[in-house]
Amino acid sequence: MNATAKYPTEPLKLWKKAKELRDQYYLNYAKAKDNGGLRWSGSAWALDAIPAGLGDDVYSLTSEPYAASIAHDRKFAKVCMDAAESYGFARDLCSYMRIYWGGMHLNKYLFGGPFPKPDFIFQTQICCSHSKWYQHVAKYEKVPDFYLDVGVGPYKTLDKDRLDFVVNQLHDSIEWMEKVTGRKYDDEKLIAAVKNEMRSTSLWADICAQNKAVPAPLDEKTMYSLYVLATLQKSSKWCADFYAELLDEVKDRVARGIAAVPNERCRVISDTQPPWGFLKVFRYLETYGAVSVGSLYTFGLEGIWEDKPDGSWGARTTPMDQGIEIKDRDTALRLYADWNLSKPQWQHFYDPQLKTEMMLRIVREWKVNGVMLHLNRGCEGLSLGIMENRLGLSRAGVPVMTFEGNMGDEREFDEVRTQARVDGFMEQLGLRKLAA
Amino acid sequence: MITGGIDMGSRTIKVVLLENLDVEGAPQLRYAVKKAHIMFPGELDQDKAAEQAYADALAAAGLKREDVAAVFATGAGRKQVAFAADAVTEMTAGARGASYFFPTVRTVVDVGAEEGRGIKVDAAGKPTDFAGNEKCAAGAGSFAEAMSRALQLDLKEFGEASLKSDRTIPMNAQCTVFAESEVVSLIHASTPKEDIAKAVLDAVASRCCAMVRRVGIETDVALIGGMVHNVGFVRALKAAMDVDELKLPDMPEYVSAVGCALLAAESRH
Repeated sequence: MNATAKYPTEPLKLWKKAKELRDQYYLNYAKAKDNGGLRWSGSAWALDAIPAGLGDDVYSLTSEPYAASIAHDRKFAKVCMDAAESYGFARDLCSYMRIYWGGMHLNKYLFGGPFPKPDFIFQTQICCSHSKWYQHVAKYEKVPDFYLDVGVGPYKTLDKDRLDFVVNQLHDSIEWMEKVTGRKYDDEKLIAAVKNEMRSTSLWADICAQNKAVPAPLDEKTMYSLYVLATLQKSSKWCADFYAELLDEVKDRVARGIAAVPNERCRVISDTQPPWGFLKVFRYLETYGAVSVGSLYTFGLEGIWEDKPDGSWGARTTPMDQGIEIKDRDTALRLYADWNLSKPQWQHFYDPQLKTEMMLRIVREWKVNGVMLHLNRGCEGLSLGIMENRLGLSRAGVPVMTFEGNMGDEREFDEVRTQARVDGFMEQLGLRKLAA
Repeated sequence: MITGGIDMGSRTIKVVLLENLDVEGAPQLRYAVKKAHIMFPGELDQDKAAEQAYADALAAAGLKREDVAAVFATGAGRKQVAFAADAVTEMTAGARGASYFFPTVRTVVDVGAEEGRGIKVDAAGKPTDFAGNEKCAAGAGSFAEAMSRALQLDLKEFGEASLKSDRTIPMNAQCTVFAESEVVSLIHASTPKEDIAKAVLDAVASRCCAMVRRVGIETDVALIGGMVHNVGFVRALKAAMDVDELKLPDMPEYVSAVGCALLAAESRH
């Protein structure tokens, strides 16, 4: 323990396994054709349990986490964005999209070899960039594409007609997949995948809820490497099983008082995707004894939540745990649509106030001292209404700082200025740097 | 006791030395400016520039280094001041300095060369919230400077010229480079310089005001930083913020350095 450490710390035992699962995922996609498998591509929000009914040899490439991996490799990210911009796309478009497009145009895969061509596109659209993203991919790669309109309003206003609107599209998408792949759809595989996804996303929420503990067993920088598995393939058994193991380990850390940051004396949350090439900002916080315990982004992008009887926010109870049997396609699709439409990160597309309310809830329940809002020029969708969130948080008496950047385009991030902002925010919170 | 404050700005270095007058019977410590205020052209070698500015300030004040109990630094180059006992951000220094001159101030607008910022201040002179312009000079002094160059006016003339205009010409560009193009277009359209100067300063004031509104405008409001010297900007900001009064210190560019010197003194008690 160093001089400023208040709590014991130790590395996460499952860290290596998380990295291996991630690497395997990208390898599986690249090698899918070796044994006659199928590839599909879509966003991390694509309802990936649906293609699972086509067989066990169907592999996906979810584009945002893939682009985020490239963003961490700043040199390659720049090459990809240059390629997209040379093709004629504007620099102020979604940086994930530009990175993905650039890699496709260059025919280069981050994990080696040529860019693996998908057999089909399966995509949700709630973010305005999502559908345009794959419209271009489908045209360029000459592959069929299917888009699900999930913009049916906030979950609290969901009614039968709105749910039917999504469920009917899911039924259509299955028929479409059978047609474009020539494969027969297996409802048992669909049901298994739906159950896996419900387990994965509920377990991830439970893992995040453990961070209510002081000291926090996980810091957000670490959480980025863990939540990513759900963004890759949340409907897989490997993802659900990993989160079950991880929850056990995190609970054990809480029970033993193991801290992610041993000098924790201040807790903050962030917002939206971070500037992936500059995650050291989170390490800089630690020089003040501050730890980011998460964000609505890390909690709610893939975690599914519910109000608990005691009024707290916790992992949503799965239909399986409620004793609901899923025996047929329609029941599976109906429960699956309802589950996904409750996703926290989809709510603020309708009203920023909904996001402010969730953030305030996190501030209260996770014992947060301040909020760092990333004015992310790279993502219009998640930055939508962010200044209204700032206002709402400030009005509620929550200290807030903003910093400008871009999740994928380092040309729009100023490291020195951001550190200066952090310095100012820490002073505002009454903190000085800890002795090294 | 004598303490020092040094503000390592992006364009100039400001040094202030303060002496505790220790007025008998006064419940609080009082300070007065000891003597010297040095405005020093910034150099690329900031260590050397800080050292020289401080040496000049000491010489002007007739002091030796050992006479000064502590120096605090602020500004963009604050981490380069080797002789400083501590460094604080511009928000903390500006808030403390502005509160010293105007104890009732609750909102501080600090517009220097590189950055404009709005700071919410509590009764103790501590910042409780802040907002600043990001990677863009459009809400800062260097923007006004670039535009005055385009109009071939010095900064003083630029501000004064704007007072002769009552026209409102919107400038839409958010970027100094593109705004300069707009200014050039206005020149080509034979728009009087006074009107262009007002348009530019209205635009800077509008951006500053939008930034300050993020933290909320609570009276009293003080404006600090070099842009206080620009009379046209002061008028434009007052109008944009819709406040009856903007409190203006006599030596606006030194306020953060004064704040540092005060914080240095307080650290000794």
